[in-house]
Amino acid sequence: MDKNLKRLSAQVDLSDFMPASDEDKEYMVKMRESTTFFKDGVRRLRKNKVAMISFYVIVIITLASIFVPMFWPYQYETMLGMQPGQPMDASFNNLHPFEYSSSEQARIAAGEKVFPHIFGTDSQGRDYFIRVVYGTRISLAVGFFASIIVLVIGIVYGSISGYAGGKVDIVMMRIVDIIYSLPDMLMVILLASVMRMTLTEALEGTVLEKIGSNIISLFIIFALLYWVGMARLVRGQILSLREQEYVLASQTAGAKGSWVIRKHLIPNCISVIVISTALQIPSAIFTESYLSFLGLGVNAPMPSLGSLASDALNGLSSYPYRLVIPAIVISLIVLSLNLFGDGLRDAFDPKLNS
Amino acid sequence: MNPKTIKYIIKRLILAVFTVWVVITLTFFIMHAVPGGPFMSEKAVSPAAQAALEAKYGLDKPLGVQYVTYLGDVIQLKLGPSLKQRGRMVIDIIGDGLKTSAKLGVIAAFLALAIGVVLGSVAALRRNTVLDRVIMIITTAFVSMPSFIVGSLLLVLFAIKFHVFPANGSTAAGLVLPVITLMLYPMSYITRLTRSSMLDVLGQDYIRTAKAKGVSKWRIIFVHALKNSLIPVITYFGPMLAYIVTGSLVVEQIFAVPGIGRAFVQSIINRDYTLIMGTTIVLATFIVIMNLVSDILYKVVDPRINLE
Repeated sequence: MDKNLKRLSAQVDLSDFMPASDEDKEYMVKMRESTTFFKDGVRRLRKNKVAMISFYVIVIITLASIFVPMFWPYQYETMLGMQPGQPMDASFNNLHPFEYSSSEQARIAAGEKVFPHIFGTDSQGRDYFIRVVYGTRISLAVGFFASIIVLVIGIVYGSISGYAGGKVDIVMMRIVDIIYSLPDMLMVILLASVMRMTLTEALEGTVLEKIGSNIISLFIIFALLYWVGMARLVRGQILSLREQEYVLASQTAGAKGSWVIRKHLIPNCISVIVISTALQIPSAIFTESYLSFLGLGVNAPMPSLGSLASDALNGLSSYPYRLVIPAIVISLIVLSLNLFGDGLRDAFDPKLNS
Repeated sequence: MNPKTIKYIIKRLILAVFTVWVVITLTFFIMHAVPGGPFMSEKAVSPAAQAALEAKYGLDKPLGVQYVTYLGDVIQLKLGPSLKQRGRMVIDIIGDGLKTSAKLGVIAAFLALAIGVVLGSVAALRRNTVLDRVIMIITTAFVSMPSFIVGSLLLVLFAIKFHVFPANGSTAAGLVLPVITLMLYPMSYITRLTRSSMLDVLGQDYIRTAKAKGVSKWRIIFVHALKNSLIPVITYFGPMLAYIVTGSLVVEQIFAVPGIGRAFVQSIINRDYTLIMGTTIVLATFIVIMNLVSDILYKVVDPRINLE
């Protein structure tokens, strides 16, 4: 057939169906595995050295705080000088790092091996290293659970407000505005100082007694005051997302509000939520240590990093390391979490990074 | 000022008044949730004396009446007597403490602003140099350290080890360390804020235009760049004062400064409920007002900002 001949539309040009040459095939080679949003974010995060180092620091500290107490020969609440049936041995109190009490020295002289007190002991003869480890565990746990509480309340409240819109939204957001403008720290102190009085009696005999009234009141305070930031954030996201076509499509197909929120809206703002949760943890740890420092944190003898620092103030001139050690740990945790949170934000939400 | 701005200010004013009312209401009902009531003492008081006391302070009236009375009292700054410091009124204790605390707070706020803006501008102008890196590392570290830790470390170093400053904050020289402790966090924050907004402004077209017109470097920095990059710093003004108020609670405790923060913390330790409530109300109101001022200032200074 002559090439220049005008073809009818139904006529097929066979040259279009020739096998592809090698040159053609090269165009189709995948240069890189196609990537999902999550994988792409992780790749970007891995490239961020500061964030990765922070991540490893957090992981190491967390694992250590969980596993070290399991095999450590001393307990955080044991006063080593107080053995049952024996007079109190004051030589256990206020040991400097790697010092031994008189009875321990006698045992070493007899050829026994005694596990060293790496950070010494405190004024009541408790091994300070294990107290710091345990305090780290408490501080991390408080930060983590407080953030979860904030997360859950914030998401539920914010998504309902954003999705409902109209009058419901206005009323719900006015409530948020008021709580937001309350001076948080002062209200926290006020609530904490009063709540530990009322809660101690209410908790007696229950499972929660072991956790202690102060930590419970701390959680209640977070549930009362700190969710507003998250609620605002989620609402803002939902407001812009609910105008999307796929939401309309879902509604047309008969989906109810809760379905749309759960299946379409929340998954689409999950990265923003995760990032701000990651940044919420250090602020919760900050608040806990601050309250512990004022004597409103964990109940004795349970240590937290803040209460350890606060206790250290009494013997500051003789034992400054007792303050410096928890101070370093707390700063390290907060700094790493902040830097990791920043890294997460840069990796998963480049829009926010302005 | 256009009508929109005025409408915004009125809206914020209403919100602020409402917030203060919420604070007062909260403190009232929290006070009544305290077991034993605020006028319980350690010593056993005869029922007749107890009844007389309750009648004197109006505690025998229904809760609603008490609430209205309390609201009226608070507006007139009648915060009642202290429970633990016999014969002293809460408002007098607050007034005494406020004199010292205000001095501490104002100096700290001023220094934080001045040093923060300078450091931030320097970091932005010398972007990606060693100087910039050093400033950023130091400020990042300070933002991550709780104020009680900074304060205690300064106390160990300068008061106990080297005896440069007294550890007790009741004298003028003793105020140096508390002021430093209090200002480090806001200073670091302002530095970072100024740096990023300065970098943003320096990339704007009008800076290029000014350069093209042959405006001198210093005039560009001070008149064109700095003025505009300070706008975000104004928004931080309110939170900074809130930080200084709460920070002073701890700092005054560490350095034994006889201010309102120390009175507050002591009242918590002593369970002096009227003093806890009184200080909370006064400080909370102060913070709410300062946040209001800072937000309004922000909108007035930059007319481009959307009021919603």
